[in-house]
This record gives sequence, structure tokens and C-alpha cells, in this order.
Amino acid sequence: MSTTDSKSDHHGDGVKRRDFLFVAAGGFGVVGAAAAVWPLIDNLNPSADVLALSTIEVDISKVQVGQSIRVKWRGKPVFIRHRTEDEVAKAKAVDIAELPDPQTDAERTKPGHEAWLVMVGVCTHLGCIPLGEQGEFGGWFCPCHGSDYDTSGRIRKGPAPRNLEVPAYTFLDDTRVRIG
Amino acid sequence: MHSTRPFEPKNGFVKWFDRQLPLFSVLHGALVTYPTPKNLNYWWSFGSLAGLMLGVQIITGIILAMHYTPHTSMAFASVEHIMRDVNYGWLLRYVHSNGASFFFIVVYIHIFRGLYYGSYKAPRELLWMLGLVIYLLMMATAFMGYVLPWGQMSFWGATVITNLFSAIPFIGSDLVTLLWGGFSVDNPTLNRFFSLHYLLPFVIAAVAILHVWALHIPGSNNPLGIDVKGPQDQIDFHPYHTAKDAFMVSLLLLCFFAVVFFAPNTLGHPDNYIQADPLVTPPHIVPEWYYLPFYAILRSIPDKLMGVIAMFSAILILFALPWLDKSKVRSGTFRPLFKQFFWLLVVCVIVLGVVGAKPAEGIWLIVGRIATAYYFFHFLILLPILSRVEKTRPLPESISQAVLAKHA
Repeated sequence: MSTTDSKSDHHGDGVKRRDFLFVAAGGFGVVGAAAAVWPLIDNLNPSADVLALSTIEVDISKVQVGQSIRVKWRGKPVFIRHRTEDEVAKAKAVDIAELPDPQTDAERTKPGHEAWLVMVGVCTHLGCIPLGEQGEFGGWFCPCHGSDYDTSGRIRKGPAPRNLEVPAYTFLDDTRVRIG
Repeated sequence: MHSTRPFEPKNGFVKWFDRQLPLFSVLHGALVTYPTPKNLNYWWSFGSLAGLMLGVQIITGIILAMHYTPHTSMAFASVEHIMRDVNYGWLLRYVHSNGASFFFIVVYIHIFRGLYYGSYKAPRELLWMLGLVIYLLMMATAFMGYVLPWGQMSFWGATVITNLFSAIPFIGSDLVTLLWGGFSVDNPTLNRFFSLHYLLPFVIAAVAILHVWALHIPGSNNPLGIDVKGPQDQIDFHPYHTAKDAFMVSLLLLCFFAVVFFAPNTLGHPDNYIQADPLVTPPHIVPEWYYLPFYAILRSIPDKLMGVIAMFSAILILFALPWLDKSKVRSGTFRPLFKQFFWLLVVCVIVLGVVGAKPAEGIWLIVGRIATAYYFFHFLILLPILSRVEKTRPLPESISQAVLAKHA
């Protein structure tokens, strides 16, 4: 760049016309590169066929009081437990102020179907599958790192930060549940 | 440290080639006339051994990939197909799976050699950090390789390790979904792990070349940790170290094939011969042995996010080591206190490894917490203090003088 050029480009504040071109071209390049990178990242997200399997219907008519079933939803187990009266009473009796992730039993069940507990059977610590009717609180116990859940699937002890996740579900009628 | 003697080829083709692309000169300078301190001991062979193991892994891996099917419905069966049907498939797979373990054994010895002799100190900080990058890449590669046979440990190991990222606030669970390509470890996960498991060894090879390049600028450190003063302190790489390394290669292969032929499953977990079942977690999940110390650190912290941070910090802290240990004396030989604490660190890491293999309860939890505390104390508090207050022993005048005095 010759000295006459840089003189004529000056507007007294040290900013040159060419600076604008650099910023504009650079900015354009960055936006373009980001737009090009997005497909390279987003293709790693769940594909349409994986998303299409997001809803299942389950017949629960054969699940007696005190029994549980395990169904596969989105590649993970969902626990559906028909709880005993004792378990429900125990879950309701807990003082929620003493819970690491405070939630009442009512918030984790559907009105009119309090005996049914539907939740994703994946430990909120590092994703192992807890074992049923075990542990100090009579609920679930994760063998991997020792997280203890109560009869409402709430975390009571151990490294897991949250209660077992309750998925979106609805009772289609008294014997059928739709998960997802 | 560049060779002082020029490369003078006699062969006409080599002359012609080298004039246009000095490949032969570079290799000659690196493998023949590379001047090394004359007092290197056998611990200095482990760099070459690591290079050998990388080569073994790449060659056996490429062949295994010709027989393996990366699909959840066929992966487990295709590995059994390799074991039973493919000619020498059992040998290739056992060499590859045990090769990973031996690669780590060699690299751990290489790292601890560097820790003892202060090889991470100026002017070799970048060399040290490139080595750590290789180590991190090795961990990622080995982890993804262990998922490919699609056994129970493959699946649940992958689940637990990928779930570590769910501890990251706000974006954690979206990030895990992105890693999985679904809502759990499944076929998309297996496919991308296979792709990356094939890619990363070549990245490791590239960084290893940078590592060797960064080594050859200042030249090798040595057991005395003092600088080379002149040619009287040095010998050529060939034939001295090629011979020495060849001896160590034969020792390594002896141990390696003893395991491959007579105890090929000792370092593995029997549960990985059960096909992956997304609905049943094995009662006791353990990672491969080379991750156990870090796994112990993860489990010794009762909080999920803090546990994950502590585990990653345990490795990342090593990047800061050249600035944490400011002692001008490199070699532990002349640092009486450092030497003792070095061995305490070795014991600490082994204890962490043992704890990582045990269930996280009772006495093991307490031992794990003490060892974790010591690990961080050693690097963050002890080394900075030690490098200021320690009275080091006098250093010898030169390498050559020390060597002659020893053999006088």
C-alpha cells in the first residue's frame, strides 16, 4: 500500500475504508463457515427413523398389584409398577423437604391412577439400570455406583442428582398407557 | 538436536531422490546419526516400544476391520466369526485387544520415566504436552474400540462414559443425545464409534511424529538431567540405541505373546462375552484396567458434576506440570525429597487403580478419597513447595565425567 493511499483512506479516527472490507469479508466468511459446519454436526443428532419410534402403547391389564413390567421405549427401559398400598403410603409419607430433588408422590403419578408408577428405568447418575424392590427405601437400587431410590422413584441416597425421570404418558383407558 | 554429520548417500537413486525431497536425509538424521546422551538407561527405550505398539495396533486393526460388521444386530456375531472362522482371526483379535493393554503399559512406564527424570521441564514442555495429547487420544480410541464387540461391558461402559457428559450444566443432556445419535447407546452410536476408532490411530501417528520432531530439537533428556556439553557426551542413535531398543523389543514381545497365547482374556472382562442387552445392567461395571485410577477419582467425589470435573482435571493437571514444578534440577536422582514423593505418587496411582476395580463402598471409598486427595495435593501443592524449599544434591560437571567416574 502506498503512502498516498493510506493518507486518503484516513478519516481522522484511525479507521480506514479497507478495515471495513476486512471486517465485512471476514464476517461473511465466518457466517458461511458456520452455516457449512452445521450439517456436519446436526447429522449426528437422532435421525427421523429414530425419532419416529418415540411413542409406544402398553397394555397393563395383566400387571397385578406388587408386580412390575419393563418395556423398551427409545432404546431405554421404562418401568411400569403397580404399587402396593403400603408402597404408596410410604411414598406419600415422606417429608419432601428432606429430599435431594423435592417432588411429591402426586407430582410423579396421574390422578386416579396413584397406584401406577411409570418412569424411565435409567439411573440419573451415569445411566445404569436400577434393580427393583431393593435398597434401603424399598424402591430401586443402582448397582453401578450405589444410588438408592424410594418407592416413588425419588433419589434418596447416593451420587445420582435427580429422581428417576417420569416420561410424558397418558392413560388411554384403565388398561392402556401411551408413553411418549 | 540435529546431527552434525551430513548425509552422504552413495546410491544414485537415493542421491537423485534426496536432492528433490530430502526424505532419506531426514530419516538418516533421525534414526542413524541422531546424537543421544551416552548415559541413557533402559527406561529410555519405552518411546520406541510405544511406537512399535502403535504400529501393531494399526496393522491388526486394519485387518480386523475387514472382517467386522459395525451393526448392533451383527457386531457381536462378527467378532465370534473372527474368533472361530477367519484364518488366524483369533490371533489377530487377541493381539489387538491385548495390544491395547500393552500399549498402555508401555506408555504408563514412559510417562512415569518422564515424571521421575523431569523430562517435562524446559526446554521440553511442548514435547511433554504433545505426549499428553497422544495419551488423551489413546484413551478415546481405546474406549471406542472396546465398544465395538458389542458385549455387555461394551454397551454399559459406553453408556456410563457418555453419560459423564450429561453432568455438564444446561447443555449436558442435549450433548449426550448428539453423541449417541438417539436416546440411548444404539446402532448410530456403534457406527460413529467404529468410524472414529478407525480414524484416531492415524491422528495419534501424526501427533507422534510431532512428538518425535519436538524431541529432536532439544534432544533427549537423560538420567542425570543435565544438558549435553559437547560431542564427548553423546553417541549415535545407530547402532547403540537401535541395538538397545531391539533388546527391549524382544523382552516386550516375550511378555506380550506370553499373554496373547496363554492368558488372552486375563485383562478382559468375562461379561463382554455376553451380547449387549440394553435392558439389563451387569451387577458390577468396571472399565478397562487402564482407566481404573481415573474411574476411582470419579467415584470418590459424591457429587456428579464435581466427580466428572475431578476426573478430567486429573489428566489436564499434567499439562501444567512444567510450571508447577519449578525446580531447576530435572532428574529425581539429585532431589532426595522429590524422589520419595515420586514413589508415593506411583503407589497412590496403583492404589487408585485397585480402588477403581472394587465396588464404591465401605473401606474402598475411604481409601479412594485419601488417594484422590493425595493425587491433587502432590501436583498442586507439594511440587510447587518442594521445588522452592528442597535442597538438591550437587550435579555432576558433565555427562561424560559422571559416566567415566562410575566406570573408573
